[in-house]
Amino acid sequence: MDLLVVVQLLDSMLRLSAPLLFACLAGLYSERAGIFDIGLEGKLLASAFFSAAFAAITGSVWLGMAAGITASVLLALIHGVASITFRGNQLISGVAINFLASGLTALIGQNWFKIGGRTPSLSGDARFLPVDLPFASALADVPIIGPLYSDLISGHTILVYVGLLAVPTTWWILFRTRFGLRLRAVGENPEAVDTGGISVTRLRYQATLICGLLCGLGGAYLATGMAAGFIKDMSAGKGFMALAALIFAKWRPGYALYACLLFGLLEAIAIRYQSIQIAGVGTVPVQFMQALPYILTIIILAGFVGKAIPPRAGGVPYVKER
Amino acid sequence: MNKLPKWVDVALIPFINLVLALLVSGLVVLWIGENPLHAMQIIVQGSLGSAYGLGYTLYYTTNFVFTGLAVAVAFQARMFNIGGEGQALLGGVGVAIICLGVNWPHWLLALPAAIVAGALFGAGWSLIPAYLQAKRGSHIVITTIMFNFIAYSLMVYLLVNHFKPAGEMAPESAAFVAGSHLPSGHEALGWLGINFPKSPPVNVSFIVALIACVLVWLLIWRTRLGYAIRAFGLSETAASYAGISSFRIIMVSMLISGALAGLMAVNSVMGEAERLLIDSVQGAGFVGIAVALMGRSHPLGVLLAALLFGLLYQGGAELEFELPSVTREMIVVIQGLVILFTGALENMVRLPVENYFIRRKAGN
Amino acid sequence: MTAPAIELRNISKAFGPVQANKDISISVAPKTIHGIVGENGAGKSTLMSILYGFYRADKGEIFVNGEQMDIPNSQAAIAAGIGMVHQHFKLVQNFTVLENVVLGAEDQILLQPSLEKARSLLQELAEGYELKVDPDALIEELSVGHQQRVEILKALYRRANILILDEPTGVLTPAEADHLFRILRSLRDEGKTIILITHKLREIMAVTDTVSVMRRGEMTATVKTTDTNPQHLAELMVGRSVLLRLQKEKADPGSTVLKIDNLCVSDSRGVERLKNISMQVRQGEILGIAGVDGNGQSELLQVLGGLATGTGSVEINGQELPLSGAGSDAQARREWGIAHVPEDRQLLGLVMDFMAWENMAFGYQHDERCRRGPFLMDIQSMQDYCRDKMKQFDVRPPSITALAKNFSGGNQQKIVLAREIDRNPDLLVVGQPTRGVDVGAIEFIHQQILDLRDAGAAVLLISVELDEIFSLADRVAVLFDGRIVGERVVSETNEGELGLLMAGIAESPAQAESRAISVTA
Repeated sequence: MDLLVVVQLLDSMLRLSAPLLFACLAGLYSERAGIFDIGLEGKLLASAFFSAAFAAITGSVWLGMAAGITASVLLALIHGVASITFRGNQLISGVAINFLASGLTALIGQNWFKIGGRTPSLSGDARFLPVDLPFASALADVPIIGPLYSDLISGHTILVYVGLLAVPTTWWILFRTRFGLRLRAVGENPEAVDTGGISVTRLRYQATLICGLLCGLGGAYLATGMAAGFIKDMSAGKGFMALAALIFAKWRPGYALYACLLFGLLEAIAIRYQSIQIAGVGTVPVQFMQALPYILTIIILAGFVGKAIPPRAGGVPYVKER
Repeated sequence: MNKLPKWVDVALIPFINLVLALLVSGLVVLWIGENPLHAMQIIVQGSLGSAYGLGYTLYYTTNFVFTGLAVAVAFQARMFNIGGEGQALLGGVGVAIICLGVNWPHWLLALPAAIVAGALFGAGWSLIPAYLQAKRGSHIVITTIMFNFIAYSLMVYLLVNHFKPAGEMAPESAAFVAGSHLPSGHEALGWLGINFPKSPPVNVSFIVALIACVLVWLLIWRTRLGYAIRAFGLSETAASYAGISSFRIIMVSMLISGALAGLMAVNSVMGEAERLLIDSVQGAGFVGIAVALMGRSHPLGVLLAALLFGLLYQGGAELEFELPSVTREMIVVIQGLVILFTGALENMVRLPVENYFIRRKAGN
Repeated sequence: MTAPAIELRNISKAFGPVQANKDISISVAPKTIHGIVGENGAGKSTLMSILYGFYRADKGEIFVNGEQMDIPNSQAAIAAGIGMVHQHFKLVQNFTVLENVVLGAEDQILLQPSLEKARSLLQELAEGYELKVDPDALIEELSVGHQQRVEILKALYRRANILILDEPTGVLTPAEADHLFRILRSLRDEGKTIILITHKLREIMAVTDTVSVMRRGEMTATVKTTDTNPQHLAELMVGRSVLLRLQKEKADPGSTVLKIDNLCVSDSRGVERLKNISMQVRQGEILGIAGVDGNGQSELLQVLGGLATGTGSVEINGQELPLSGAGSDAQARREWGIAHVPEDRQLLGLVMDFMAWENMAFGYQHDERCRRGPFLMDIQSMQDYCRDKMKQFDVRPPSITALAKNFSGGNQQKIVLAREIDRNPDLLVVGQPTRGVDVGAIEFIHQQILDLRDAGAAVLLISVELDEIFSLADRVAVLFDGRIVGERVVSETNEGELGLLMAGIAESPAQAESRAISVTA
């Protein structure tokens, strides 16, 4: 394998892991606050559709992104109402949101565009285009550093960089601010927060909304950055992989980045090498390569990579004791 | 404290939840620019208005009874099995092997063999998620979903490489042997002298589904295993105090759940398609979640909820035909709303209703 | 005269049909320690939760320093200068002491300055009030006594002038409790007002200036502590003269049933909770295990009940009991003739959403009585059996289809006890048999345990209530930090001696004697 291939693989790893990263950080805020969110998948999908649809209609990718974020935040609010206000089962609520998103996007997509639930192909201002970082072309010819900088680091859409920046930002918010302290506390022991005179409900809604916002960005990237338009069920389990990555990352922002990159790399390999010859085994079927990220998710969840302790109050609605 | 009359709990609250879900669905239809009342009329007319429609409705109902029971049994042990889709797909593989591999002289022989194979393959597909949950605490919701995705890939592989007859293009198996043909509604009712249209795919699997309801009821409420499953589902700590093994309960309940989902293939693969198709399940595994939630994980409730969804499915197909802008995905939306209102937002209805009844009691 | 620090007028609060507080009025003078005593469920905690803004009263008025206040939430209570130390600490386990103290009272968006400020304030408080805690320690690494100090520090950091402590000594050793009382006195002397909620009369007599008594949601009396005595307070609490101890025959022990040698048990985190303990219990005797909560009692119950694994040796009637692996589960324990009444009946002993008849067979669902054929339950026989037992144990309401959660604590415990005693166990292990149980049921439950002893069973009784140990046990062993630090014959010891053992202080016989005299005096 020469440098070029490696750079290309790593490059598509970055591209492919960005939506996972957004979803994973979204889940991190939510779960750190004690709200489990199986509905990341649905929010990604809803945002992907609405951002592509509005970008197609208005011709502006930014308006599209705003629409995507709005849709995702609305779904997050439903999850909040169900699991915070009405203390419902968070798993069931998440599953419902996934179905709503899957059904509504296809239904409305067909209704609006009449091309089998897809949106029209996006181009020009209706898409996020690659951004060339300063000196990218100037450095391109320098050996090793050149390709690394201009091909791997430079040349992604703006959202990829936003996603990467969201990692240290999340760390800083979580561990260096008052909001972060309270957020972590409410996921560990909401009673401590409540008796401290802070509203558990408000904090958890805030976390849920941040989760909606980040999923919105992830979905927008999926349909208007990575791809050029929406296709039915295009999130393809990314929301669930993000959850597995979150567990793998032990609910820490830095590790979350590594976990998502790992998934991205795997996907990049699966796309590049549709069938691999392994001596003595023969050809690995293409279907196996496609299933690889899902299999990795299961291996991670099986805990062969160390036991993770989730936030203690996770998944439990807060009820003042009697 | 909160002693509600039983009918409120088992009938009134689910009914209000359903009405709310349908109301919101109506709003969605309105948003798309169609008249919800008209749509409702098409659904009812299309699903119940003719023997033809009814035949389809009962065919779908049969599917949903199996997947609904699957989710319900797992729910009793507080396991959330959303892998019904993959388990039913694999059940189809088992059924196909039986119906292709043996030249059955009569369906009465083929049916039990197919039931066993479908159940075994379905259970097999839930084995790993169940084991990982029981031994390693891996989140069963995510692992079963992942197994759905893996099942889709596996199906493609199996059909392309093993089931597809040489020279054919479409990724589907050869037609099953004639002896494995299950009597359709037309044939079965014909024996009783009842004239029933030929085309609807409802078949004797419907009877199998009804028997499954009874067996599940017996299992959960009449056997000692069911007692242990319920105890574990209601209180894991108390179950360990009583010496009920969490490993055993998780494995057994998930395997039964997977087996029930696998049984769906008897209806869809053996009864209807009579060959193995690439997607024989078509979301029925997911419908099972809504069915089990609405049916309160009780077999009778599951049967009624399955009937309701059967009606929506058949009516929905008619709807798509009559109003092209309302596609099949409308059903997925309704399904999501039913899960939302009966499952996640249950307290939104329950608390006011409870308060009303407590106040009424206090007033007396 | 200065205005009272706290005055409550005609407070009422109901939870559904249960009237937790009925028309309560109380006035707490500033710079005093005011005790509120009452039995479990008398409504003390509810009253204080109303004062702290956790619940809203249905009726009534609250005055703080003479001013009428509306306290809709904890924030308002904190603003009014009220701080509360809850019975169950409200701390974030994996946060440091500093982070816990600061949580909710941060000055600004960034964390660091608040933490630094708290650090210096903690320093001052530590010196002023014997409230020393390592500010950077994680809560989960601290002893309960230290965790309680963090709770007090939290309140002081929020400038509380009125401090409410809810059952603060339940988890403390006598020595730690004494330390707490010293802290409380010095806080009072600095001008703080303290409300101490407890059901332990000894504490009231030791530390308070004034005491109010609650019974069944009502305030029955308020007296100066110097004008009263424990017997009088007890009568006010219970509403009749208290029958202090049951009549019991002298034990007539037979052969050894339970023999424990060098038993060790570690918890899920690998911390050793029982360290080489050894003991024996014979037929027809009750061995009490005394100790402050959390010194290994739960682990002892769990390993005998088949809920935890251990190492060492346990023999039942001379046969080696497996402590891990096959045959060590709860089901197997029952086959060995061990019955287990767990400490926490709601978490372990009962399925709260099961009906009474289902619970009456819980753990014994494979018994002959419950089976019909290889798979089915014999529901008729299970229900008949439950009906009989409920009658015999006077469980109210006598409905076999009522859910366990709809019975009172005492009646729930009767269901568990009826079930466990009925199999004529060789050994009964019972944890906190009367925790959260109403007075009427306590005597009944105690009598059942004594009857079982007299019928020849060996009984291992684990209780944090010394009164209960003295009422029931023939011998008593004291657990401290996972070890047995002493064993006594009940009739030859006293509460003072056991109290010292519970604190981990072994003493010479001479000291014990002089202490015994001072206690009786």
